[in-house]
Amino acid sequence: MKILVGIKRVVDYNVRIRVLSDGSGVDTDGVKMSVNPFDEIALEEALRIRDAGNAEEVIVVSAGGDECQQQLRTGLAMGADRAIQIQTSADLQPLSTARAFLKIIEREDPGLVLLGKQAIDDDNSQTAQMLAALWDRPQATFASKLELDGQSATVTREVDAGLETIEVDLPAVISVDLRLNEPRFVKLPDIMKAKRKPLDVIPLEELGVAAEGNLEVGHYAPPPQREKGIMVEDAAQLVEELKNRGLI
Amino acid sequence: MDYPEIREAIAKLCKQFPGKYWQQLDREHAYPTEFVRTVAEAGYLSVMIPEEYGGSGLGLPAACAVLEEIQRSGCNGGACHAQVYTMGTLLRHGSKKQKEHYLPRVASGELRLQAFAVTEPASGTDTTRIRTRAVRDGNDYVVNGQKVFISRAEHSDLMILLVRTTPRDQVKKTTEGMSVLIVDLREAVGNGLTIKPIDTMMNHSSTELFIDNLRVPVENLIGEADKGFRYILDGMNAERILIASECIGDARFFIEKASSYATERVVFARPIGQNQGVQFPIAKAYAQTEAAALMVNHAAQLFEVGKPCGAEANMAKMLAAEAAWFAGDTCVQTFGGYGFAKEYDIERKFRETRLYQVAPISTNLILSHIATHVLNMPKSF
Ligand SMILES: Cc1cc2nc3c(=O)[nH]c(=O)nc-3n(C[C@H](O)[C@H](O)[C@H](O)COP(=O)(O)OP(=O)(O)OC[C@H]3O[C@@H](n4cnc5c(N)ncnc54)[C@H](O)[C@@H]3O)c2cc1C
Ligand SMILES: Cc1cc2nc3c(=O)[nH]c(=O)nc-3n(C[C@H](O)[C@H](O)[C@H](O)COP(=O)(O)OP(=O)(O)OC[C@H]3O[C@@H](n4cnc5c(N)ncnc54)[C@H](O)[C@@H]3O)c2cc1C
Repeated sequence: MKILVGIKRVVDYNVRIRVLSDGSGVDTDGVKMSVNPFDEIALEEALRIRDAGNAEEVIVVSAGGDECQQQLRTGLAMGADRAIQIQTSADLQPLSTARAFLKIIEREDPGLVLLGKQAIDDDNSQTAQMLAALWDRPQATFASKLELDGQSATVTREVDAGLETIEVDLPAVISVDLRLNEPRFVKLPDIMKAKRKPLDVIPLEELGVAAEGNLEVGHYAPPPQREKGIMVEDAAQLVEELKNRGLI
Repeated sequence: MDYPEIREAIAKLCKQFPGKYWQQLDREHAYPTEFVRTVAEAGYLSVMIPEEYGGSGLGLPAACAVLEEIQRSGCNGGACHAQVYTMGTLLRHGSKKQKEHYLPRVASGELRLQAFAVTEPASGTDTTRIRTRAVRDGNDYVVNGQKVFISRAEHSDLMILLVRTTPRDQVKKTTEGMSVLIVDLREAVGNGLTIKPIDTMMNHSSTELFIDNLRVPVENLIGEADKGFRYILDGMNAERILIASECIGDARFFIEKASSYATERVVFARPIGQNQGVQFPIAKAYAQTEAAALMVNHAAQLFEVGKPCGAEANMAKMLAAEAAWFAGDTCVQTFGGYGFAKEYDIERKFRETRLYQVAPISTNLILSHIATHVLNMPKSF
């Protein structure tokens, strides 16, 4: 079985982001970029599945400009067998990404697709769901535990009410949550080896997928500054204060 | 910045060793065994060992990235930096047999080559006056003498030792007559070598060595007898550039801490960083650090292509150590009272980074080198 893992290049989670003064986006100039942390967890899970003998190959896929090869190389250094860059200079929306991934699925025929539950840049949390629908295969989102059993997977999902356990038939799309595992750090010899692992570049046009999206972003703005809080004496006063502000 | 993949990997590795880990070691005066083992096993201490001996064969700039990033993340590479460069003496001047015997196991982390013994109580910076003597007796050298401030000797398997094989008054040039020996500490301790820890301002595992009729096999001599000083000098440029990178890492740690604290900490109803009295010193520390980093980079590139880089390596070490110290002082000031509280790690890093204006070479000696070797002024000693 092959496992396909999505890798997105995003602003590092430690960076305090700044909105561009014209509101057209976030300043990424000279800013540290990393693998989306949820994708790293997805990759870690895929590697563990492979190393336990339940898959033969782990392929990391990223859609983006050539800069994202750095994140693909990180994935290869962690232990992925090969990488595919879907080359585009456009900032893809989730639906386009899902369409492009579907084309890769058609070429590679994976038994499992693991994605992060969301990318920490736009926090969309859509690609996995859209991909499963386009592919017409089961999906299990927000996985905090994953067990493979031949032709199916048992997935514990983190939902608002707590945990939910479901079983999905494979092939399936599974999006992973924070508590699934603790990703490994990369060893130097593996960084060196990663330079020699295959990385295929496929232009987006070659997949027949259009880069234009159907969403239009108005503008970006930083969240308003937090106002000074007050100390309340007891629950009654808390309720009172919330009422006064029209919050309940 | 160069080597982004190495920097990212180190940052992630170091996250497993947060401030709490170092604070506890500090309280217990304990060596960061777990940290050093993790970094070594992940291959980051053998960056400069050639691939044929099991290292990754990357150059000095890659090693600089490793050590800078360790310091920047709040960890203390002082516990293991010697493993990165001490092997250089062995690599460049050791015999094929010695290299094959030691290097692969140093590369894998199995053998720790962390100790490097030059300094003596009575000679200090004036290395040619070392008194530790090695006298040939059959297939052994018999060594007698004393060394001081020898770091990590209790946490290393091997040690590079500088000794006099011909007395100073019997050589034409005072830099002649010294030799380099590899000492197997596992055998030496209790058989002529006594190691006594020195309590220092920071947790650096420095020790005093008492050497009393220690027998070292002649096959452990590196290169030729009496030419050892040159072998040691040879490794010093790499050492200075690497230590300078650590200082850049320290400086960046302090600047990142100070600028984010100054943005968040509100007194007088505004972030303290809104006051120019607070923000200007941090900006100045940044400018100094970036300038020093350029010199470190320049020196590392010269070293890498085999060009002379003595003056540049020395200037890089001096400028980076000073930038780190100024950034540290600024950071303590920015944190106010909290800069003194151990849980913020500022005071620990502040103590740790002070060392690099004294060791491995003090600022005065660097200035003297520039004055006499670059500017051709008369030598004072
Ligand atoms: C924590 C720690 C770890 C160390 N680790 C090691 C180690 O692993 N291995 C090792 O071999 N050594 C080690 N050292 C020793 C270190 O390299 C020496 O302390 C350093 O070289 C200075 O030597 P000294 O202490 O004898 O000072 P001295 O030589 O006594 O100098 C004292 C001061 O006088 C100044 N001075 C001396 N001569 C002149 C001159 N001619 N002109 C102007 N100023 C001068 C110096 O700059 C210095 O400021 C370590 C030291 C410390 C503190
Ligand atoms: C060991 C120790 C013992 C102490 N003992 C006592 C004690 O016995 N009793 C007691 O009451 N307190 C004590 N303190 C507290 C000490 O007085 C405070 O730490 C000090 O007043 C600074 O306050 P702060 O730490 O809250 O810093 P902050 O007020 O947060 O200031 C942080 C930095 O911002 C600067 N800053 C703030 N506002 C401005 C501005 N408008 N313009 C320019 N710069 C600004 C400050 O100068 C400082 O450098 C002690 C502190 C320590 C570390």
